Amino acid sequence: MSSVTQKKGFGAHVWDYLTTVDHKKIAIMYLAAGTLFFAIAGFEALLMRIQLMFPESTFISAGLFNELLTMHGTTMLFLAATPLLFAFMNAIVPLQIGARDVAFPFLNSLGFWLFFLGAIFLHLSFFLGGAPDAGWTSYASLSLYSPGHGIDFYILGLQISGAGTLISGINFIVTIITMRAPGMTFMRMPLFTWTSLVSSSLILFAFPPLTGGLFLMLVDRMFGANFFDHTMGGNTIIWEHLFWIFGHPEVYILVLPAFGLFSEIIPVFARKRLFGYSSMVFATILIGFLGFMVWAHHMFTVGLGSTANAIFAVATMAIAVPTGMKVFNWILTIWGGSIKVTVPMLYALGFIPSFVAGGVTGVMQATAPLDYQLHDSYFIVAHFHYVIVGGIVTALFGSAHFYWPIMFNRTLNHKLGVLTFWVFFIGFHLTFFLQHFLGLMGMPRRVFTYMGGQGWDLFNFISTIGAMMMGVGVVLLVVDVLLSIKSKPVNKRDYWGDGRSLEWAIETPLPFYNFKQTPLIRGYDPYWIEKEEGNKEGMVYAEPLGEIHMPNNSILPLVMSIGTFIAAFGALYSPWGDQVQAGTATGASPAVSLALIIGGLGLTIACMIIRSVKDDLGFHVTVKEIEKIEADLAHYRATGKKGGNK
Amino acid sequence: MSHETHVEVRTQAQYEYDKAHSKAHMRKQVVNFAIMIFLTFVAFASVVAGFPATFIAPVILLLAGIQVVLQLYAFMHLEDRSTHMVGVIEFFIWSGGFLAFTFFVAFTTIIWWG
Repeated sequence: MSSVTQKKGFGAHVWDYLTTVDHKKIAIMYLAAGTLFFAIAGFEALLMRIQLMFPESTFISAGLFNELLTMHGTTMLFLAATPLLFAFMNAIVPLQIGARDVAFPFLNSLGFWLFFLGAIFLHLSFFLGGAPDAGWTSYASLSLYSPGHGIDFYILGLQISGAGTLISGINFIVTIITMRAPGMTFMRMPLFTWTSLVSSSLILFAFPPLTGGLFLMLVDRMFGANFFDHTMGGNTIIWEHLFWIFGHPEVYILVLPAFGLFSEIIPVFARKRLFGYSSMVFATILIGFLGFMVWAHHMFTVGLGSTANAIFAVATMAIAVPTGMKVFNWILTIWGGSIKVTVPMLYALGFIPSFVAGGVTGVMQATAPLDYQLHDSYFIVAHFHYVIVGGIVTALFGSAHFYWPIMFNRTLNHKLGVLTFWVFFIGFHLTFFLQHFLGLMGMPRRVFTYMGGQGWDLFNFISTIGAMMMGVGVVLLVVDVLLSIKSKPVNKRDYWGDGRSLEWAIETPLPFYNFKQTPLIRGYDPYWIEKEEGNKEGMVYAEPLGEIHMPNNSILPLVMSIGTFIAAFGALYSPWGDQVQAGTATGASPAVSLALIIGGLGLTIACMIIRSVKDDLGFHVTVKEIEKIEADLAHYRATGKKGGNK
Repeated sequence: MSHETHVEVRTQAQYEYDKAHSKAHMRKQVVNFAIMIFLTFVAFASVVAGFPATFIAPVILLLAGIQVVLQLYAFMHLEDRSTHMVGVIEFFIWSGGFLAFTFFVAFTTIIWWG
């Protein structure tokens, strides 16, 4: 029985987090892990920028530069942005729909641990003979011949963490479809819940092609198959297709929840209903659908032929229409509102022009003939950083400030937040705006150095200064987070005073069951409706106070993930691997390799069998216990003292 | 939509009926699984046996088609019309099918023919 109001020892806390199935605690773990990898990948970016600060610099070697750029991209997309968005989805979506947890709490925990151990596995490559060095796209024509174990770490690490993401995605689809409180119809769902649903559906459809592609590359590299080897009758282009069939939806998987977060932030601080709610929903679904029809625009220069290029060019341009709808809806929500410029709103206001800039350059690249000029130049780097930093990172930073009171019952500092925003935002534009022109001047991307005197020197220098400012911004945010630990607890509902959706109706700190009674939803923006009618409790209830059924904690997800982690080492050191046989990488003996694979997968399967055979029906919180917990919470909010027996 | 646990008390007759029902269902699952394994075996065997490509390709495609249908109906419960939210499930399955078809068309036209 865990309750916020009870004191616990350190060991008990650690055990609690290792075994937890509570969506709020999993959210915190996602947030912490995502921030860690965000910091690592950011540091890699800084090293690259320092190398590119001056022409013909020798700060880092060409090989290390390739490793850094690969790990920067891979980490940022798979291991930083994805888990950080999952952190907010976990923390907020169940509260927005009036649920006590996600549909499959056990799978939620499994998803996290698979992601985390996959990420750790990938990062161990730095210490075990070199990181992957074929770019985050890891094109087969390059990666199949990469010496050492780098690419093997990429394949296996992403395979494991991808499985975790897929599991979490399915979990959210089921949660949002089946766990909505009475009255929460689809067209009353907050936009963040909607975008989480669509983005989870994209995960469901996009990750299987990646898993398939990675599996083919795994057997190609580690067990001597030839799917992508053209000298043996394979086809290297298939990897590119499989990767981008996944890879393009992936960027929408990331940006849609970011759109959703801004759609929550803007109405609160414009103090106006979200403009064009139904068109926002429609645009979200349309973006999700079109996201699958455009992957080949990453491959215009491969030589697919003009017909294919034309089809994919037109489909790509079509995406600008629903995205434009969203932008206009945000602007019209702000328009005429009584605007309060808080830190989250500042990020939202910064987001709109930055993201539009990224979108416009995207449409430029959709023009296939022009893409022949822009392809593989710094223009592309500038474009996708405008979309990802301007769209997703601003959303993450803004919603960290926005949702901190709900997640931690603390607040992030306003003044420091404003400072962080300006340092980061100016640094961001300084870094990437000039890279458009570097690209147009012909500077290719992914190069570790360049000759001086080509007119690139000054822009590269400024770009590096900007990157350092972004680094300072991130450090300031971390300082802000650390300061918030000692700040005063919030202890109230609706911290910002203008909350509209259900998550603001609950008083912080939240009890582990979220809602003592399931709420009844009477319309879009349910909390706003209740406030308008003077309801002090923030919600009306759909049921009397009764027993609550909650899931039990379990260590099995962690053990299962450790099993796959062990098996991955067995595959990595397979003696049948191309690179092992070529003598560039070390391999284990067949017995050791097979023992690790069979032992690791055996451990995972044993846990699955335990989970299937042993019934775990959860536990019931009785009415008496609920009343006790609510009383303890009220006591804590009033006096700041934790009760309960140690 | 309530979050309470539903406690169901069953009579002995009901219990036995349910048990027989699950048993029949389990048998069906195992049989379908065996058929799947067998079809996969046939596909591999036809390649190993060294039949001409003009024979192997259509046979494998045919077997693949049968396996897709079996997968959807036997293992993804598309035949169970009374399932909760069957409309949503169907929507997801058909969307997935549509996307897979797009990829199939793209692969055949721009990779293998183009």
